[in-house]
Amino acid sequence: FTKRKLDDEALEELEELLIRADLGPTTAARMTAGLARTRFGKEVSPQEVREYLAGEVQKLVEPVARPLVIEPERRPHVILLVGVNGTGKTTTIGKLARQLREEGKTVWMAAGDTFRAAAVSQLKVWGERTGCPVVAKDTGADAAGLAFEALEKARAAGADVLLIDTAGRLQNKTGLMEELRKIVRVIKKLDPEAPHTTLLTLDATTGQNAHSQVEVFKEMVAINGLVLTKLDGSARGGVLVALAEKFGLPVHAIGVGEGVYDLRPFDARQFARALVGLEG
Amino acid sequence: MFEGLTGRLGDIFDRLRRRGALSEEDVGAALREVRIALLEADVALPAVKAFVAGVKEKAVGQEVLRGINPGHMVIKIVHDHLVELLGETSEEINLSATPPVPVLMLGLQGSGKTTTSAKIALRLKTREKKKVLLASLDTRRPAAQEQLKVLADQVGVASLPIIPGQTPVQIARRAMETGRLEGFDVVMLDTAGRLAIDDELMAEVVEIRDATKPVESLLVVDAMTGQDAVTVATNFNERVGITGIVMTRIDGDARGGAALSMRYVTGKPIKLLGVGEKVDALESFHPDRIAGRILGM
Ligand SMILES: Nc1nc2c(ncn2[C@@H]2O[C@H](COP(=O)(O)OP(=O)(O)OP(=O)(O)O)[C@@H](O)[C@H]2O)c(=O)[nH]1
Ligand SMILES: Nc1nc2c(ncn2[C@@H]2O[C@H](COP(=O)(O)OP(=O)(O)OP(=O)(O)O)[C@@H](O)[C@H]2O)c(=O)[nH]1
Ligand SMILES: [K+]
Ligand SMILES: [Mg+2]
Ligand SMILES: [Mg+2]
Repeated sequence: FTKRKLDDEALEELEELLIRADLGPTTAARMTAGLARTRFGKEVSPQEVREYLAGEVQKLVEPVARPLVIEPERRPHVILLVGVNGTGKTTTIGKLARQLREEGKTVWMAAGDTFRAAAVSQLKVWGERTGCPVVAKDTGADAAGLAFEALEKARAAGADVLLIDTAGRLQNKTGLMEELRKIVRVIKKLDPEAPHTTLLTLDATTGQNAHSQVEVFKEMVAINGLVLTKLDGSARGGVLVALAEKFGLPVHAIGVGEGVYDLRPFDARQFARALVGLEG
Repeated sequence: MFEGLTGRLGDIFDRLRRRGALSEEDVGAALREVRIALLEADVALPAVKAFVAGVKEKAVGQEVLRGINPGHMVIKIVHDHLVELLGETSEEINLSATPPVPVLMLGLQGSGKTTTSAKIALRLKTREKKKVLLASLDTRRPAAQEQLKVLADQVGVASLPIIPGQTPVQIARRAMETGRLEGFDVVMLDTAGRLAIDDELMAEVVEIRDATKPVESLLVVDAMTGQDAVTVATNFNERVGITGIVMTRIDGDARGGAALSMRYVTGKPIKLLGVGEKVDALESFHPDRIAGRILGM
């Protein structure tokens, strides 16, 4: 790589690299300005610049790279999956179940999406694949009631973990967000500390609307963890950088495919390097 | 949380000169804010650049008429240019071919293909009195075929009987055969979600295309899509060839900049908008509404 003076043109290219990764114009401009402060006018290679940016991104997301911890004293540890339609809630439940089962835990599932066509059947397939009982009712049943019943059953069976699926919903639909709150309220009647983990699935393809998603779901149901899905695609999920700074919510895992093994811990370094187009 | 264009431009417009022609400097300052507003609305960078250049060309040198706020003039030029690029007319599903007319549904995982297939079927049935067959070629996602069947029953449209073990291409052939034998006007082919960079699955959908010769190949995209819209639209268009775009989840609060990105890179019309989860939540595309939304006004 040939070295080149870090001038305005070079900085603009870098800013564009960050924008194309969905960092958003504000974060991208700020990071580029940071680079300009320390290196402007100096001779740098493109590789050095990317390394620098990757380092900065890594610093920002490192604090949120925290694995999901299942508390053994909870029986069960209740995990509620929430998020916008089609982001990967049901699939993530399947992947999480596989991982937890491998750690020797007993896992139950609750088919809390009682709305979408065949959502119950979809979760049942994941239950079969991972050897987990699925508590389900017919489509149209009350989701909160189903969650309550599932917690009762999982608790009676002495399960370690209960994974509750919910119907996808857009954060600006107040009625649907109220329904989600009702699920949480009803669960708390059985265990005031449940759900112990409320996970929001974020699709890596999503742009700046992820801000609104996190903001509203956090406000409404106190999400305390994120899963970034579909990172196997061409999108880099850069909006997460701003989210990490703003909300500090732990990113427990990333989704890298549709299969049962396609869940990985969120690795700050890897994420940062992929974001700026560096290998490994 | 993001400011709309009008708010962003407020200060700048106060500084714009009140008479004479819009200078390059005035327009340049305004366009820096337009650029940021578009990026916050998730318009992809190449589309933003082309857009800004286009507006600049139109705006610089325009006479500011007496009594007209130059700021409003710039906003109008921006808005009109956006409407023009989004495609001024609204186009419907093209069914001009010998029945059964195949309609291929394409897109990333979870973008809304299956739901939209049922919505389109309902629309064609009620508005155009067409006899529609819904066929799921999704052998990958758990219960995908059942999902389409349930939706087909909901909208009162026939669905292709599910035969386990068939490949997507085999199902596609059977769907067209059934369409011919049973006198259907339209056969909707709902495919499994796939990444635009997944060579194997993109090859599969090319095979489906070649086996069915779709009259419409609709790319279904989520209104929340960010910069990746460019890669998705380019790849699907180059590999498979799309005839139109359906944008889903317009009922959310996303600014929907992907509409401009996709239109810009493919030149293909945005045909329909998904505006809810229910099967009748489908609308024709209106560029001025999307333009206003992208600009946050
Ligand atoms: N490539 C890829 N696809 C994924 C990933 N996670 C989920 N998917 C796919 O995305 C689509 C939607 O996933 P679901 O798990 O049904 O999403 P959901 O959030 O439960 O959807 P709704 O219940 O309809 O709101 C499916 O086709 C999944 O196979 C991932 O990490 N990578
Ligand atoms: N709010 C809203 N939700 C929608 C819209 N279109 C689809 N959905 C929801 O989005 C989710 C995914 O829709 P699907 O039709 O299953 O998406 P898909 O593209 O077929 O998904 P895969 O087959 O897994 O790739 C479901 O929860 C739908 O109800 C829309 O216009 N608005
Ligand atoms: K990716
Ligand atoms: Mg689901
Ligand atoms: Mg589908």
